[in-house]
Amino acid sequence: MNKLPVPQQIISLAIVFAILIAGLVIARIILVPKSFGEYGHYRADAVDEIASQEIKYAGYQACRECHDDIFEQKENSNHRDVSCEVCHGPSVDHINSPDEIKPIAPRGRGYCPLCHGYDPSRPTGFPQIITSLHNPGKPCMTCHNPHNPLLPHKPEECSACHREIASEKRVSHHVSLACERCHTVPEQHLVDPRMTRVTKPASREFCGECHAKGSTAPSEIPRIDLATHGERYLCWDCHYPHNPEAR
Amino acid sequence: MNKKDPARTGRREFLMSCSRLLPLTGFLFYPLIPGKTLFGQESGYYDPTRHNWAMGIDIPKCIGCGICAAACKNENNVPREEHYFRTWVERYVIPTEGDARVDSPDGGIDGFPETKEDFEILRSFFVPKLCNHCANPPCVQVCPVGATFTSRDGVVLVDEKYCVGCRYCIQACPYGARYLHPQKKVADKCTFCYHRITKGMLPACVEVCPTQARIFGEVGLASSPLRRFLRFNDVIVLKASLNTKPKVYYAGADGEVR
Repeated sequence: MNKLPVPQQIISLAIVFAILIAGLVIARIILVPKSFGEYGHYRADAVDEIASQEIKYAGYQACRECHDDIFEQKENSNHRDVSCEVCHGPSVDHINSPDEIKPIAPRGRGYCPLCHGYDPSRPTGFPQIITSLHNPGKPCMTCHNPHNPLLPHKPEECSACHREIASEKRVSHHVSLACERCHTVPEQHLVDPRMTRVTKPASREFCGECHAKGSTAPSEIPRIDLATHGERYLCWDCHYPHNPEAR
Repeated sequence: MNKKDPARTGRREFLMSCSRLLPLTGFLFYPLIPGKTLFGQESGYYDPTRHNWAMGIDIPKCIGCGICAAACKNENNVPREEHYFRTWVERYVIPTEGDARVDSPDGGIDGFPETKEDFEILRSFFVPKLCNHCANPPCVQVCPVGATFTSRDGVVLVDEKYCVGCRYCIQACPYGARYLHPQKKVADKCTFCYHRITKGMLPACVEVCPTQARIFGEVGLASSPLRRFLRFNDVIVLKASLNTKPKVYYAGADGEVR
């Protein structure tokens, strides 16, 4: 049986194809990553690479190890479910070097309204304030402890709430008078200011204790004759007691 | 009587055979070693085949503070500029007549400006959005190079070294959950904070949500908080008709939520 002679063209073509196929196979071996297709049509190493990303938020359990006192306080408050890093920001760096890096602690008025500012889209019953009406200008922390925000702690000074009065009195001749000189402040007023009011002077004679002729007060205090000065008007009809130059 | 009964086990043999079982008793005490649980994720070894992660979102609890969106950007180095988000919060305002208005100024990170609309509002609420980690993900289907994939624990991930930045997946995602990273020029998306969940932590957005509007856990584990959430709520998934089988479940969702 005669063997069919293989034509010369076929042999050279076959060589070319063999080289091409071998080239492709080698290229595939070199170019396709080793782990590709281990679990599916993807690079298995990518999963580990993604999993090795740096962590920034440490989680509230991590904070508890050192700040257990604050944690305890927060645990019994309305903020019990608010993680520390909601307000204090990502804190892994702080945990790694507690003394060098301190986490943020928002103290101004800007942060709390992010959750507690009034927004009609918020769920009903969520505690909200109208920022422009709720003690404007005062940082929330003056009255509310963020780690236990339900009952505001009692303000230490009247100016915490009565800022405008305080700043006016500060530049007036009455600067040295304590608020309690003219107002009796019941303890309950500090907790429930709208339901329990402070007293206010009710008569001309009250101002007269210092300002009437014959008063025993220091002599540099201006005196008037209660009988003739201002006739039937009350003192505060003309003088604003917190800044008492005549208007 | 003193003669040994071959059918009965002697004291010596009994104790000897018991001692062979001694190594097994270690398993009883293994969960007591601090930081170790036998099948939990706390032990140093993470077995992806044992997990299938998903998220629940309780819409009536969301207060729209945007802290989740901000924390996500912090945790995952997402560009600060607008339009680049792995998760964001949308505000739905539904008028008594006409179509619902949806807005999300800077993803809700700095809060929402007050609505001054001239129409009467029927209801309004916030809806956090993120990648739905679909069980049948269209983005994975269209990727021409195998750079985006579903991991064995049910999380849709992007291999940023393999992505060629062709944007097919961004087009394919019906939820708009992907963006092209402006510096890396690769597709980027929510990973459920894969680097955290594989170490037994919660995703950053879940960790910081002040009202627990986000619930994270396993689909397959009855004790998981997610399963509890699914038991106690009527949930929907977004765009169920597309058959993408999303794994982010929304509770208390209005019919307008898309």
